[in-house]
Amino acid sequence: MKSLLSALRLGRPLISDGAWGTFLYQRGLQAGECPELWNVTHRSDVVAIAESYITAGADLILTNSFGGSPHKLAAYGLADRAAELNEAAGAISRAAAGNDHFVLGSMGPTGVMLMMGEVPEETLAEGFAIQASALKKGGVDGLCLETFSALDEACLAIRAAKAATGLEIACTFTFEKTAAGEFRTMMGVSPEEMTEAVKEAGADIIGTNCGNGFEQMIEIVRAIRKVDTTTPVLVHANAGKPLFVDGETVFPESPSDMAARVGELLAAGANIVGGCCGTGPAHIRALAEAIRKR
Amino acid sequence: MNELVEKICLCIERGKVNLASPYPKDLKGQEGADEFSRQAIAAGVGPDVILQACNDGMQRIGAKFGRGEAFVPELLMAAKAMNAVMAHLKPFFAAGTVKAKGKFVLGTVAGDLHDIGKNLVSMVVAGNGWEVLDLGVDVKPAKFLDAVRNNPGCIVGLSALLTTTMGNMAATVKELKTVFPTTVVIVGGAPLTAEAAAQMGADGYAHDPQAAAAFLGKFATAA
Repeated sequence: MKSLLSALRLGRPLISDGAWGTFLYQRGLQAGECPELWNVTHRSDVVAIAESYITAGADLILTNSFGGSPHKLAAYGLADRAAELNEAAGAISRAAAGNDHFVLGSMGPTGVMLMMGEVPEETLAEGFAIQASALKKGGVDGLCLETFSALDEACLAIRAAKAATGLEIACTFTFEKTAAGEFRTMMGVSPEEMTEAVKEAGADIIGTNCGNGFEQMIEIVRAIRKVDTTTPVLVHANAGKPLFVDGETVFPESPSDMAARVGELLAAGANIVGGCCGTGPAHIRALAEAIRKR
Repeated sequence: MNELVEKICLCIERGKVNLASPYPKDLKGQEGADEFSRQAIAAGVGPDVILQACNDGMQRIGAKFGRGEAFVPELLMAAKAMNAVMAHLKPFFAAGTVKAKGKFVLGTVAGDLHDIGKNLVSMVVAGNGWEVLDLGVDVKPAKFLDAVRNNPGCIVGLSALLTTTMGNMAATVKELKTVFPTTVVIVGGAPLTAEAAAQMGADGYAHDPQAAAAFLGKFATAA
């Protein structure tokens, strides 16, 4: 197991991966099917996606386990296979990354709103612990708790994952720009509030992903850097806001568009840069080339 | 406006459910929507007046949400407060004393299991006086067609979160419009834009729950 934090201390920005879901669909995953089940039923397809990002020049890749909490898997009747599917996810990315690259186990929110009191905190915490432990068993170096919007769920997930694994943890939130021009998650959390809370809960790396293209991500990183100048910041940007053209979903930001702005994102304070919805190996390759040229 | 009615409206806007609710903090220990609506009915305030207060309260919080001054938690609590009032109004609906503005059939499209956005729309639209028929998530086109068949004159709302299910949304709009050309269809969800909605052939697009309620307002059949 390698330390991502030690690698970041060397000062060079690291390149992460891009989208996974879209490539699973390209390879035949049907809408309404469980993406994590593919870790066992279509292992070679998932391996191919992981490898495509390593080949593109990523320093670290994530895992096909975003919806792998028992709570999310329950929607497919697969809650009791959480350990198996997450371990497989970790092992696939580990195999693709080899020992020279980092693997962060992806963990997404459950969709449960703790404030409504419908699901007990302990149940969710237990689920996150099962998922985190299985990813560790699969061979990940750290965990990436991504696209959270509620502080209570994110902090609970961080504590549960940390207690279960002791691994380094990155935590990212998804922000949207309000009419007043401020960034908030759908639960009303600002980048500044997120930063304080998730660090307190034990996150080693903080950041933002999804929902926004590079332009907004630069503003969000600046907001984080206003209250924190030392914690490493991870950014997974969308290739802009999707357009719907002739029955197809199209993302407006090309690999060169993203590469052209990466300097600005790093100057704002980002340390790890990758993509989210609408990005692929071509985006990551362009980012990697732009970063290494600096 | 009657003092109790104004209080009900305020409790909904602030998400104050009842005396026991600790939310919002500044109203802790005070009576809420539950108590005030019971008192209003006992005092002889018309159910339609109470319903209008619900409407106004939801509209206020919905507008704040649209402006980015309130977020999902505030909206959820407002809906909870509204449900507390609705429990008291149920007998009047059953007796036909008060009527809904119309019927709204709502669901997340096939292949998409996300329900948060859909549920918020459902709450705000119900709070605006509509009868909402929630078909749930991963709703196949055939199920929407059945619902329209069984609820003539209803308006249909489609939700999607995934960029990968926007295609299923377009297909559902197309099927609905082919079989029921006059049925009004409104779409919404994070990856959508007004342009995408128009391309799909939908009649309306709502970027937030209040916008959906405002759109539906144009088709209200009862006061």
